[in-house]
Amino acid sequence: MTFWVSQSLNALALGGLLFMLASGFSLIFGLMRVANLAHGALFMLGAYLGLAAVKAGFGFWAAAATAAVAVGLLGGIIERTLLRRLAGRTLPQVLLTLGLAFIIADACLMTWGGDPMRLPPPPELSGAVRIGDAVFPRYRLFVIGASAAVALGLWLLVERTRAGAMIRAAVDDVGMARAIGVSASTLFTAVFCLGTALAGLGGVIGGPILSVYPSLDQDMLPLALLVVILGGAGSLVGAFVGAYAIGFIYTFGQVLVPDLAYVILFLPMIAVLSVAPQGLFGRRLG
Amino acid sequence: MPTLTKRTVACSWLAATALSALAALPAAAQQPPIKVGFMTVRSGALAAGGKQMEQGMEYCLAERNGMMGGRKVELITVDTAGQPATTKTRAQELVERERVNAIIGPLAAFEALAIDDYIRQVGVPVISPSAAAEDLTQRKQNPWFVRAVGTSAQANHALGEYAAKDLKLKRVVTIGDDFAFGHEATAGFQRAFEDNGGKVVQKLWPPLNVADYGSYISQIRTDVDAVYAAFAGGNGLRFLQQYAEYGAPVKVIAQMTTVDEGILKSMGKEAVGVISSGWYTATQDVPGNKEFAAGIRAKYGADPGYYTAGAYAACAFLDAAVKAVDGKVEDKQALMKALRSVKLEKGPYGEVTLDEYGNPIMNVTIRKTEEKDGRLQNVVIKTYPKVTQFWIYDPKAFLADPVYSRDYPPAKNLGQ
Repeated sequence: MTFWVSQSLNALALGGLLFMLASGFSLIFGLMRVANLAHGALFMLGAYLGLAAVKAGFGFWAAAATAAVAVGLLGGIIERTLLRRLAGRTLPQVLLTLGLAFIIADACLMTWGGDPMRLPPPPELSGAVRIGDAVFPRYRLFVIGASAAVALGLWLLVERTRAGAMIRAAVDDVGMARAIGVSASTLFTAVFCLGTALAGLGGVIGGPILSVYPSLDQDMLPLALLVVILGGAGSLVGAFVGAYAIGFIYTFGQVLVPDLAYVILFLPMIAVLSVAPQGLFGRRLG
Repeated sequence: MPTLTKRTVACSWLAATALSALAALPAAAQQPPIKVGFMTVRSGALAAGGKQMEQGMEYCLAERNGMMGGRKVELITVDTAGQPATTKTRAQELVERERVNAIIGPLAAFEALAIDDYIRQVGVPVISPSAAAEDLTQRKQNPWFVRAVGTSAQANHALGEYAAKDLKLKRVVTIGDDFAFGHEATAGFQRAFEDNGGKVVQKLWPPLNVADYGSYISQIRTDVDAVYAAFAGGNGLRFLQQYAEYGAPVKVIAQMTTVDEGILKSMGKEAVGVISSGWYTATQDVPGNKEFAAGIRAKYGADPGYYTAGAYAACAFLDAAVKAVDGKVEDKQALMKALRSVKLEKGPYGEVTLDEYGNPIMNVTIRKTEEKDGRLQNVVIKTYPKVTQFWIYDPKAFLADPVYSRDYPPAKNLGQ
């Protein structure tokens, strides 16, 4: 029983972290059809900026907000100055974001050096709590809650607000949305900012668990892609279900069949893709 | 037929005299520099180790005024990016274009394996400053390869004995990176620990680039005496930090890179109390280390660790060998022979010699991580003198067994 409780909590925490990472990617892909391969690098940049802010004397929460805003702004600049020039050209866009990923990663290495660094959790969330017989870190409980809150916030934004309605309209048909007066240009920039800000925030929230180190981006990007492919690109619900599904599969897979941890991770993806090539909640993209 | 004028005769006489005068100058002044290829890593996950290697190397050359055996040293540094394919290309560049006399590097064992065949073919002396894979100086030893670090298991045999005999631990869980370095280190620990009456009751292998150790930490049995951790690079930092988050129910003993000085500076109180073993720590009291550690600290503002000491030792080995052949590094065979019989009286490792397989015989210390002078340090609590890669085992029997791996030696006490 203890085993199932503690591993389920581990799975929920990992899933939550993956949702923070993948939701922004999915949002951007759904609206703009841009597979932003710099997403992992922006996640890492967020973690480094958060760490720098903490070292400069900011509290953890202020550092998280600063990193999210800074990375979001950078995302906005990337969209306005670079991606916009390549609108509608998928391959150049993918190459551009891949190039940006390398540049951001190298810039982080130059700025902060190669040493892995720890980002301590805020003092009120350090330590462990006892749940039945299981011991579980307080910070991970927070990650579970925080990611659920972010998911709820995003869902409300997309489903319940005017801006969300515009996003949904543009996802379905950009041309038609434009025709009825939606400013797709502003919307694209806003969504790119939001998506990259989520990556930056995810980096800081993930920092105390993952620590901050030079190849963090390469470790995280494949997981984001996995979530998005499984859940369906462009779907918030898909990213949510995909993230927690991967969290559970990964956690229980490596505990129950440790020798096949990676096989277990990719097997469901193959299974899902062979039945539903667009992912669990993806729509066929026109 | 051109006639010789007085003038041309005079000219050629002058030229000939000048040439013979040049030839009579002391040999050192006209000898070209010794070319040393240095393979480091400047990008990617291994960049931190690469930087520490460069510091050790730079410090060693500066200490010798850029000279070895009376000749100037020209260091040609290349970046392998931590990738085997790139390592091979860089090695070819060093040998074929730069025509280096010796190579110091590369950093990772898989990089060393990638150039193993090539250095056999071309026959260039290679000194490894950090690659610890057992078989490089055991079953697959290469006549052109010597090592300035121990094997993966070298210090872990000692820790296994110490854990059983001195700490009186009975039952231990092991957790280590799921790649050769983690496997070999854990195997060495397990062998010596079980030979001294201990039992390894659970073995966990998280993948090398696993994002989160949570699900592994939850599995670590709490009815045991200690957890043995064998992590490389930044993984030790992540593991200890996450383990502390889960309340750290069982005490940790560790393989040397888990709490190496290179990452110790990034750690917090979670590292305090960890007992580890290794052939190098900045605090060890051996002839020459006090000056070395203080010098590195003064120059780079951080304690030297595994990579710093490894690169420095590789450089010092080469220096000693070059001296032994009076600077005549063009004779590769003689240089290699001198390298294989290197003996240093002092330095980061103290006294060190190479065994007949090209692997160092040196002191191994047991250390405890403590907070001292405002920073974390590994404080020596016991020294095992002159430890070889074979520990107390007979080399012939040792080499007749399979190489250490995930499943060798077999763990007979799992689940007890």
